[in-house]
Amino acid sequence: MSNLESIKGGTSQKNTLHKFRNEYFWRGLVTVCGILIILLTLSIGLFLIVKGTGTFTKYHHTLSEFLFSSEWSPMDSANEGGGKVGSAIYIFGSLLTCGLSLLIATPFSLAAAIFMVEISPNAGEKLFQPAVEIFMGIPSVVYGWIGLTVLVPFIKNTFGARMGGFSVLAASIVLAVMIFPTITALSADAIRNVPKEYYQAAYGMGSTRWQVISRVVLPVAFPGIFTGIILGLSRAFGEALAVAMVIGKTRAFPSSLLSPTNNLTAAIAADMGNSADGGEHNLALWTMALLLFLISMFFIFLIHVMFRKGSGSGEV
Amino acid sequence: MGNQLFNTIYLVFLSLLISVPIGVAAGIYMAEYAKEGKMLSFLRVSIESLSSLPSIVVGLFGYLVFILMTGAKWNLMAGALAVSILSLPLITTTTEDAIRNLPIGYKNGSYVLGATQWQTIFKVLLPACLPRIITGVILAAGRGFGEAAALLYTAGQSTNINWSNWNLTSPTCALNPFRPGETLALHIWVMRTEGSLNPHATEIANFSSAILVILVLRFSLTARIMSERIKRKSGGSKE
Repeated sequence: MSNLESIKGGTSQKNTLHKFRNEYFWRGLVTVCGILIILLTLSIGLFLIVKGTGTFTKYHHTLSEFLFSSEWSPMDSANEGGGKVGSAIYIFGSLLTCGLSLLIATPFSLAAAIFMVEISPNAGEKLFQPAVEIFMGIPSVVYGWIGLTVLVPFIKNTFGARMGGFSVLAASIVLAVMIFPTITALSADAIRNVPKEYYQAAYGMGSTRWQVISRVVLPVAFPGIFTGIILGLSRAFGEALAVAMVIGKTRAFPSSLLSPTNNLTAAIAADMGNSADGGEHNLALWTMALLLFLISMFFIFLIHVMFRKGSGSGEV
Repeated sequence: MGNQLFNTIYLVFLSLLISVPIGVAAGIYMAEYAKEGKMLSFLRVSIESLSSLPSIVVGLFGYLVFILMTGAKWNLMAGALAVSILSLPLITTTTEDAIRNLPIGYKNGSYVLGATQWQTIFKVLLPACLPRIITGVILAAGRGFGEAAALLYTAGQSTNINWSNWNLTSPTCALNPFRPGETLALHIWVMRTEGSLNPHATEIANFSSAILVILVLRFSLTARIMSERIKRKSGGSKE
């Protein structure tokens, strides 16, 4: 097509101009926008890497100190090193709260998804689905605020927690409530996409409904459910303010579920504004951000691996 | 309170001004122009990583690039840019899906009439999937309203508006995008720390939460009603 045009070439410049205005210009423009998104992602990654590795290159801390030491006393003034940047407490806090929240939320989400799709599809579509979507839209600060004003006093009064209810438990419950809709929605989608033939075959063999659900539907839908769980987990890892409100922000390993601790996002949210740019403290916080970034990349990788496997076995 | 509500809406409006054109254009590129291959899969991975970035990390990036590197004070524009980074993936994927799901007849009909590819996209495909795109944009706006972590170090945690001042360059003018502007979601966060200073902090935060939830609810309901209507209209011609 374009060859033909170039042969006809100069016959009419108006034609080229017309073509430019109606095609090439806009094609170029949308291509630039596509490239822009790639550049944006790359530059976010790049900035994080440059800033985040400062702890190791500029202040010569070791990776194992950052990951496994719990001594945290970084220097705050610019260009002065020599402090300690062990972030084990923050990392452990993140892992613990996210793991617990997953333990709490997954059974509920799975049950809700099964109920929505299999047991009561009518009520599921008209009532549950919209409710879950609305749930998903509620801002995380609001969850945090409810956690702070309702959950924290409740934990304090019921369990007599020492730190007034600010605890690992409170943070995990808030996170669990937050990731519940994500896992539910994606699991429901996965279950809905199980081909009808699977049901027919299973019922034909004389299975009960529960046998069909637990032995056929759930295994087939597993890749989708797994994706939901991972996405929920990555949402929990990235959540900052809601957790910061209820976790208590004390720099110590939690001794029980009822004791306060701290986590990566809360530390970044609370301290970033008070640290001198380029100082040891500041760069250590950037390293935490880099760690969060790497964790979210890892989750995406997991989902991809899962799907490659899933699609391989699904197309029997 | 009124000021925070205004800031929230204004900031989301600004962010949509940025993210909608770029997102829709990128979606068009992905659906129509990009060839299946390295470039497209790389773009997909980029969008996926963008959408799963923790918002605090986007906030830090915004703080570094829009505040520290420009040497500016905390301002609404920086916040809007940070929020648009967060809403870009949603708008892009919605647009791409919407265009890809259109029946092939739309395109064929347009090409037969001698339209260029862009004319086909702009005059036939885009109008046909406009409702879907708008649904996506409304969802993105709803998320923008509740965003707080990304605004912590970009839009700032204070606001000062003089409603009788309409000089756009003045830092107290409501419409000046380069003034600090605390949003409702951030206000709740700030009230937590100021609890001891302000005796009404709890009531203020409760009230802010209520307004925020109602705002978000309205938007997600609108999006839901719209997508319901689209489903009914297309009447099962697909799937």
